[in-house]
Amino acid sequence: MAYNLKEVVKRKTRFSAGHRMCAGCGAPPTVRGILSALKEEDNAIITSATGCLEVSSCIYPYTSWKNCSFIHSAFENAGATCSGVETAYRSLKKQGKLNGTKDVKFIAFGGDGGTYDIGLQSLSGAMERGHDMVYVCYDNGAYMNTGTQRSSATPHFADTTTAPAGKVLPGKIQPRKDLTEIMVKHNTAYVAQTALFGNFKDIHEKAEKAIYTEGPCFVSVLSPCPRGWGYPTDMLIEISKLAVDTCFWPLYEVKDGIYTINYKPAKKLPVEEFLKPQKRFKHMFKEGNEWMIKQFQEEVDKKWEYLLTMEKLTHNEN
Amino acid sequence: MIRERLSGNEAVAVAMRQINPDVVPAYPITPSTEVPQYFSSFMANGSVDTEFIPVESEHSAMSACIGASAAGARVMSATSSQGLSLMYEMLYIASGMRLPIVLTCVNRAVSAPINIHNDHSDSMGVRDCGFIQLYCESNQEAYDNLIMAVKIAEKAMLPVMVCFDGFITSHSVENIELLEDDIVKQFVGKYEPEHYLLNPNEFISMGPLDLQNYFFEHRKQLADAMKDSKRIIEEVSEEYAKISKRKYNLIENYRMDDSKIAMVVLNSTAGTAKEVVDKLRDEGIKVGLVKPRTFRPVPVKELVESLKDMKAIAIMDKADSINGFCGPLYSEITSALYSEGLNIPTVNYIYGLGGRDVKTSDIEDVFRSLLKIAKDGKKSQTTYYLGVRE
Repeated sequence: MAYNLKEVVKRKTRFSAGHRMCAGCGAPPTVRGILSALKEEDNAIITSATGCLEVSSCIYPYTSWKNCSFIHSAFENAGATCSGVETAYRSLKKQGKLNGTKDVKFIAFGGDGGTYDIGLQSLSGAMERGHDMVYVCYDNGAYMNTGTQRSSATPHFADTTTAPAGKVLPGKIQPRKDLTEIMVKHNTAYVAQTALFGNFKDIHEKAEKAIYTEGPCFVSVLSPCPRGWGYPTDMLIEISKLAVDTCFWPLYEVKDGIYTINYKPAKKLPVEEFLKPQKRFKHMFKEGNEWMIKQFQEEVDKKWEYLLTMEKLTHNEN
Repeated sequence: MIRERLSGNEAVAVAMRQINPDVVPAYPITPSTEVPQYFSSFMANGSVDTEFIPVESEHSAMSACIGASAAGARVMSATSSQGLSLMYEMLYIASGMRLPIVLTCVNRAVSAPINIHNDHSDSMGVRDCGFIQLYCESNQEAYDNLIMAVKIAEKAMLPVMVCFDGFITSHSVENIELLEDDIVKQFVGKYEPEHYLLNPNEFISMGPLDLQNYFFEHRKQLADAMKDSKRIIEEVSEEYAKISKRKYNLIENYRMDDSKIAMVVLNSTAGTAKEVVDKLRDEGIKVGLVKPRTFRPVPVKELVESLKDMKAIAIMDKADSINGFCGPLYSEITSALYSEGLNIPTVNYIYGLGGRDVKTSDIEDVFRSLLKIAKDGKKSQTTYYLGVRE
């Protein structure tokens, strides 16, 4: 069925208002964007890594997780915890111990710290073992819950509290880890990268594919953070769109080894357009730091070219 | 009743087959590796319904146990030493979430230096993690305790660790009496949790952020559950005695009736020490032995009752606290005695670390030194390292 925003927003919510996430944060719309792709009749069990989302959505005795069940156990183990839940389902179902249970879907959420760094082993194990689950990384590019420390997802040159831009150092000295590609190489059933913009068609369609593709699936969502990035809270959607239009955050998916770029900007914007509104890149615009922007642009271009090549190669092969 | 000859690891794997848990996440580590190995062969041959998760680490093993148990499955795993250490964070979470996970801990020394042999540093290192800890002298006890552990865990809503000695118990073949499969099945019954993630009739959230207003009360509930588990362990053991003719108490008193001198010792060394007790008794020397079966909960009342009339006590620790004073068993048992107003000359022996052999002659030396302490009414030193080269 073709995507219809008006229909989708009428679906029962699985993540209710009243949570304590910041205004202008990308995580709540990420969660809603993903969970709204669940069929109304299906049940879901959500796992969350420790992080902003978890500590703001489930504070005893309250919970924002509605019309679904939820578990959090620790920071680095959402992959393993979710794989335990999913395996319990398979075991109990096989033994006929789950009479009357609807289809259950298993979705894990983790920030980039809990996914790219401390939780990478647990995620890798879960994907390799082939659990029927979706792991969603809401990537805000730093340890925002503890106050913007750098992660391996932090963009090159970004100013963070553990890799600050100073007189000698230019912010983060390494480029980002390419986790989406690492997930592709796990022979994952479906891998996608998406962002929050427009009428949420892209995230919805990718969530739907991930949830209803059997086997391990991974979705990476660019999830802006007003505190860590330093943008006005009402700019959430705009900043996401700039990430996409500069090709800093390409929208693409990989299924059965075939790369598909879902959006190619008619006019690819220069990276400055994405960097400029954010305080974390402010130092890059100081006189003498032009090389940083140049290098950043080169890295973005290189990744974009790589994806165009992969798309061409994998589509030609088939 | 079935007579068999099995190693400790085999005995535990057979118990697991008979229990037929829903999910077993495990990661190999010496000397517990055989447990998931034997169990995997049961799976491969279709004799269990279990789903096995071959996780990529022990941290993930306990994480997957937590996920599966929270989902409503009966869950078991096995580990040792570094594996248990890697699980450390998740052990506290398993108990804090009140999940009845049963974990076999085949005791092994903790690095460094690396050593694969037996001592109790691993389970003693996690003694405050909220797991019930059952200690086993023999293969038979490992088998029996594992079956009882399932029922204890589910009634207490606490995870249980069944501990026995690496290689000494895990790899030695002993005569053992097994229960029939259907008797075990009937004994453990169906697992029917009150709240679980897969319950189609309610949505729940587990593992919330718990702030100043509630955290303390929740931890007190955990402490109460551990305290109350004594009663549950006794009830389950009573019930088990009916089907097995083997009755287990919180502690075992061996020839303590008219004894004035006692040794307190865990696990397989109790077997060695019983031999020495018998020998000394044959010489007319009245000595006895106390073997705690539970260390969590601490059987305070029972220990005090058994030890209160002693003239000298040796508490044997196969783990060191590295606190410049004594081992963990010593500090807790002497604390129990002191709390009851007893001031009995009590010495501590750190022994057998890293699998160092403990011979009957070593144990006899300990008893003989206790005789002197009993006679003099005082000790010259508190802590000894039994048989260590200076």
